[in-house]
This record gives sequence, C-alpha cells and structure tokens, in this order.
Amino acid sequence: MNWTWFHRLGSPPHVYGFAARWAPWFGGAATLAIVIALYGGLVLAPEDYQQKDAFRMVYVHAPSAWLSLMAYSTMAVAAAVGLIWRMKVAHSAAAACAPIGAWFTVAALGTGMLWGKPMWGTYWVWDPRLTAELLLLFLYFGYMGLRAAIEDPQKADKASAVFAIVGVVNVPIIKFSVNWWNSLHQEATVMRMGKPTMNFDMLWPLLLMFVGFALYFAAVVLIRLRAELLRRERGASWVRGVLA
Amino acid sequence: MRSGAGAVARLVVERDLRLAFRKPSQLLQPLLFFMIVATLFPLTLTPELSRLRDAAPGVLWIGALLSSLLALEFLFRDDAQDGTLEQFALSGQSLTWMLFAKTCTHWLLSGLPLALTAPIAALALGVPADAIWSMVASLALGGFALSLLGAISAGLTLGARRGGVLLSLLTLPLSVPVLVFGADATQRAIAGAAIAPPMYMLGAIAVLGVTLAPLAAAAAVRIGLE
Amino acid sequence: MNEFFAMDGYGIYLWPSFALGIGVIVLNVILAWRSLAAAKLDARRRLEMQA
Repeated sequence: MNWTWFHRLGSPPHVYGFAARWAPWFGGAATLAIVIALYGGLVLAPEDYQQKDAFRMVYVHAPSAWLSLMAYSTMAVAAAVGLIWRMKVAHSAAAACAPIGAWFTVAALGTGMLWGKPMWGTYWVWDPRLTAELLLLFLYFGYMGLRAAIEDPQKADKASAVFAIVGVVNVPIIKFSVNWWNSLHQEATVMRMGKPTMNFDMLWPLLLMFVGFALYFAAVVLIRLRAELLRRERGASWVRGVLA
Repeated sequence: MRSGAGAVARLVVERDLRLAFRKPSQLLQPLLFFMIVATLFPLTLTPELSRLRDAAPGVLWIGALLSSLLALEFLFRDDAQDGTLEQFALSGQSLTWMLFAKTCTHWLLSGLPLALTAPIAALALGVPADAIWSMVASLALGGFALSLLGAISAGLTLGARRGGVLLSLLTLPLSVPVLVFGADATQRAIAGAAIAPPMYMLGAIAVLGVTLAPLAAAAAVRIGLE
Repeated sequence: MNEFFAMDGYGIYLWPSFALGIGVIVLNVILAWRSLAAAKLDARRRLEMQA
C-alpha cells in the first residue's frame, strides 16, 4: 500500500497548498447546496401533519446539531492522530475545528430552544440529549481554554488532545441518549437502521442541508487550518513563498 | 528492595498519607467548605425542612463536587513542585499504577471523609434518617469517581496559568454524569425507592474511571513534565 | 406571501431560528478569514524583521 499520501499530509506546505486550492470549491458547493436545500425546505416541502410549518425548523436545527458533533469527532480524531503519529499538522487541524464546533453547538442549542417553545411549551428541559449538548459546549470551552492557558505550543497541543479524546465519550451519549432514556426530544428519523421515516419531499432538503453543512465545515476548517499553519511555521522558508 | 506492584503502591500510599497528615488544614478545608455550602442554602432559600428536603440531593451533591474540586488542588501540586512526579515518571515503574495509588489515597483523604461527615449537613437539610446511609454510600462511590476524573484534569493543568479555574472548567463537564446519578440515588433514598439503578451507573462510571482515568492522567502528567 | 412569513403562526420562532443558523454560518466564515488575514500579516512582519 502506498502511504505517500499520508506522509504528505504531515507536511505543512503541502497541506497549506491543498487547503488554499480546495477551500473555495468546498465553499461554493456548500453555498449552492444550502441555498437549494433552503428553498426545498421552506418553500417546496409540504407542511407537517402535526407540527404544521414549525417542523421546517428541522432544516436549520438538525444540521447545526450534527455539525457540532461532527466537529468534535473530527477534532478528537485529529488530536489522536497528532498524538499517535506526532503530526503537528493534525494538532493544527484539531485546533481549527474547535471554534467552529463551539459556534454550531450554540446554534443547535438556540434553534432547539426556538423550536422547543412552540412544540413543548418550554424553551428548555433538562433531558439527557439537551444536557449532553450543553456539556459539549463546555467541553469545547475547556479545550480552547486549555490551549490558551499552556504557553508551550507542543504541550498545549498534546494536553488539549488528551482532553479532546477524554471528552469524546459525550458524542455517542448525545447521539444515542434519545434511544436509551425516555426523552422529550424525538428519536432519530433519518440516521437509523432501516429506511428513514420521513416523507421524501421533506427528506431530500434535509439530506441536502447535511451535505451542504459538511461541505461548509470542510471549507471553513481549511481556512482556519491555513491560519494555524502560518502561525506555527512563521520562520520556515515555505511561508515566504506563500506570502509573495 | 522489592519493586513488585504491591510494594510500589504501598510506598506511594504511605508517603501520601504521611505528608497529608502533616498539613491537616489542607484536609479540613474541603470539608469545611462543604459544610458552609450546605449551610448557605437554608439561609438563602428557606428554613422550612420539608422544602429543603426537596433541594437536598442537589445541594449535597453540588457541595460535594465543589469540595472535591478544591481537594484536587493537593493531588499533584506539591509533588509537581518538588520534583517527585518527575521521579515517579523516570523511575521505571508504571506511572499509571502510581497515579492510581495516589488517586485512591486522595479519595481516602477527601471523598470518603466527606461522605462520612455529610450526614450532619444532610440532617440539617431535612433528609430523613433512614435515607442517610444510602446517601453516604452514593457519596462515597461518587466521590471515588470524581477523584478519578479529577486526576485527569489535574494532570492536564499542571503547567497551565491559573490552573485552578481551568481545572474546574475541565472537570465539570466530565463530572456531570456522576452528579446526575448521585443526586438521583439520594433523591430515591429520600423517597424510599430502590437506589440500585443509579448506584449501578455510579459503579459503572467508577469502573470505567479505574480502567481509563489513571492512563489518561499519566499521559497528561508526562506531557506536563516534558 | 404574508402566509409564507407567518408560517402558520410559527413565524416568530422559525425566522429567528433561521437567522441564528445563517448568522452563525456567516460569522464563522468571517472569523476564519480574519484569523487567516491576521496570521498572514504577522508572518509578513516576521519575515521583514528577519530580512
């Protein structure tokens, strides 16, 4: 098996170049997907039998929550790769994911509150999924706080990596809590064994939103990753070439 | 000099106990803090015992959590400053095992005494006498889990500025499951219901902690010592 | 059109919800770009100091 591609991933200038080239494409594709999905969800999709038009909030709430989880998982995997293979680029990638993930956790919580009020009558309940999502926000803050508090960049990388990995146990809890406990929050309708239980006209905008958010995440991570790489490699000669 | 695992653990435990008893104030402060926190609630909320009883599980467990955060300060701090942790890491013995021994001793010095003195606060908060021993058991088990989880964040914040605040920020999200199940156990005890389900969950968390936390703490300490 | 904005009466929850989502999306792009611009500026300055 040819592992050159993996080793190249360890080279900051190579990754920087990749990020610079691909970020705009991911961004463009993301914009297209999200715009089409928004139209599909807000205009084309029929209203729900029980929730009427309120169900349309799924098109912003579910992808935000999913992105908050995906960002943390990506961060934890990048952190683990950084620890195991001692790749600085991996640690930079983990650092890039954190602020994005934190913001989308806020978005998930906020949109969830706005959906909960009309549907459940309350902005908040302390049920397992919501509580665990709030904890996810605290884990992001802890990760970023730990990075900021340790002066030595290598120690900061490794310590925050350990913390990210320890905290990743929260991600499956968020995902599966609605199955394990009786919860006010509804069970999964899309990502489940067997076919999704949603009507296709309502489903395709949601799936397209997930795709759009994933592409968006890639684009923004690639921008932040470049910033991280520049910050760490300031003296290196490849930086000169990039800035010219 | 025997260097079997048991002998190493004994050395670590005996040393920690001896050092701890030279500074008894360090041991008493978390306990006093717990008592003060437990007292503040009746003063600020209501003196009515029946209403206090409803809040008691939360008050007791939040107090226990905050107290354990205070106690975590003395888990690694002194040893990091005087170079003992470095000696442990370089000794060729398993750092994981030594840190596990330290964490158990820490629990004996903080979590367990808290569990045993908690009845005073509990009775003051209106907890019925027949619920007391269940509460003590849950606090003891939960306290053990908290010491294990706290060792991870204590290890991670060894080299950090304002480590105390950061320590709390890192430990709190990890501690929430312990808090939730512990408070549930105390709540059930007060209501006279079976406490087995949350106790099993606390036990599961403690077992998970025993197997994984010392490893993570050792990794964290090594990073901090580099 | 008014029906569209009213969304069966749920409009006052739905539109702020989407505004929050889109706001976070746009904000993160802006923050990321600013972070990159600052890093480039910083790197340029360091190179000038070395030269």
